[in-house]
Amino acid sequence: MPTEAHIWQLLEEVSDPEVPVLSILDLGIVRGVRLEGEQVHVTITPTYSGCPAMNTIATEIRLRLLAEGLTQVHIHNQLSPAWTTDWMSQAGRQKLEDYGIAPPVDGTATGHVLNLFGADTAVRCPLCKSTHTHLVSQFGSTACKAHYQCDDCLEPFDYFKCHA
Amino acid sequence: MTDDFTPTPALATVTETQRKMLPFVLQLADTSLILAHRLSEWCGHGPILEQDLAMANIALDLLGEARSYYQYAAELEGQGRTEDDLAYLRPAVEYRNPLLVEQPNQDFAHTIVRQFLYDAFHYHLLLQLQQGPDAHLAAIAEKSVKEAAYHIKWSSEWLIRLGDGTDESRRRIEKAIRNLWRFGGELTMPTATEQTLQAAGLVPDYAALQQQINAHVARVFEEATLPVPENVFAQQGGKDGRHSEHLGYLLAELQYMQRTYPGMQW
Repeated sequence: MPTEAHIWQLLEEVSDPEVPVLSILDLGIVRGVRLEGEQVHVTITPTYSGCPAMNTIATEIRLRLLAEGLTQVHIHNQLSPAWTTDWMSQAGRQKLEDYGIAPPVDGTATGHVLNLFGADTAVRCPLCKSTHTHLVSQFGSTACKAHYQCDDCLEPFDYFKCHA
Repeated sequence: MTDDFTPTPALATVTETQRKMLPFVLQLADTSLILAHRLSEWCGHGPILEQDLAMANIALDLLGEARSYYQYAAELEGQGRTEDDLAYLRPAVEYRNPLLVEQPNQDFAHTIVRQFLYDAFHYHLLLQLQQGPDAHLAAIAEKSVKEAAYHIKWSSEWLIRLGDGTDESRRRIEKAIRNLWRFGGELTMPTATEQTLQAAGLVPDYAALQQQINAHVARVFEEATLPVPENVFAQQGGKDGRHSEHLGYLLAELQYMQRTYPGMQW
């Protein structure tokens, strides 16, 4: 019989389909694992409401557990507490930067405050490491990313935006 | 849109109080869905690439929010209908979205004003709903308000940029405000159903909400150097199912796949 710890290990091998360097544990979307006899319950929380990756992730969790002979898998979708980038692991942040995506800036996701006309967060360019960058658009290639450009090396890059 | 998820166990039993919320939840669902559809019509036609992406992103957020509401509505109804049945197989007269969100796309300024009016309402409503007595609705609001915060920032910044921009942008944003302002009032004019729910403390009081909206509008319009229109006649009807002809055409496109191939899934 598998243990819950074993299931967590298997989930570490399931990656985010849109940012494949991140495991779903790095991303902080797995909120719980529970075993009830043969039944495996995995609770995940969406990053963004409309994120099309969530369904793929649910399928991949099933497939990974199926490969270990676990056929009775229930995946629950939990909305509250809402996902925040504060749940992203330090290892995940490093992997993101190495992959060319600026990780969410530490600590800025705590507490939701509408920053209407305030300055944008200083984000470090994942390529040349300059913090001399500017926001191009809050909306990028996927729901979780903003679009930035580096003023030093001029490269455009994705920023995994803070989600408070 | 069917997911590979097990239904949330917490919804196995629906209380009588929750069931009363069904028409309100459907109204929220329809509103998000119809505005998401209008925004998605911009895909590939945006004025510049970044803003094309922005509108597609906002559409996706709203579609996700709509799904959460439709799934909840299906649970509340308890008649075996799914989120897809509710979104794709109801006639126009059963839709409960306000008239604002079904207004057809014109130029970018028009879309910005439509979005700004909706975001000012939506963001402040979600802040209230996440404190509300319905725990499941509060959870959806807690999730969605983070996304709505990006939307209100985007539409507010564009309103300022166009209002305080060039002569041409100013002319267009003023025209859009003239055309759309009459649709803003319906958002916070309670229907008979909403009044009943408000009296029971299940839906936030719209008078207080209106004050928060007005404060936001005043602040952004000042930055945009635009005068806030005086109180104008408010066109109503959508929340009671009396829609403009535009909704029928929109639904014809939105629903054709399910109606042509009933029960089809991705």
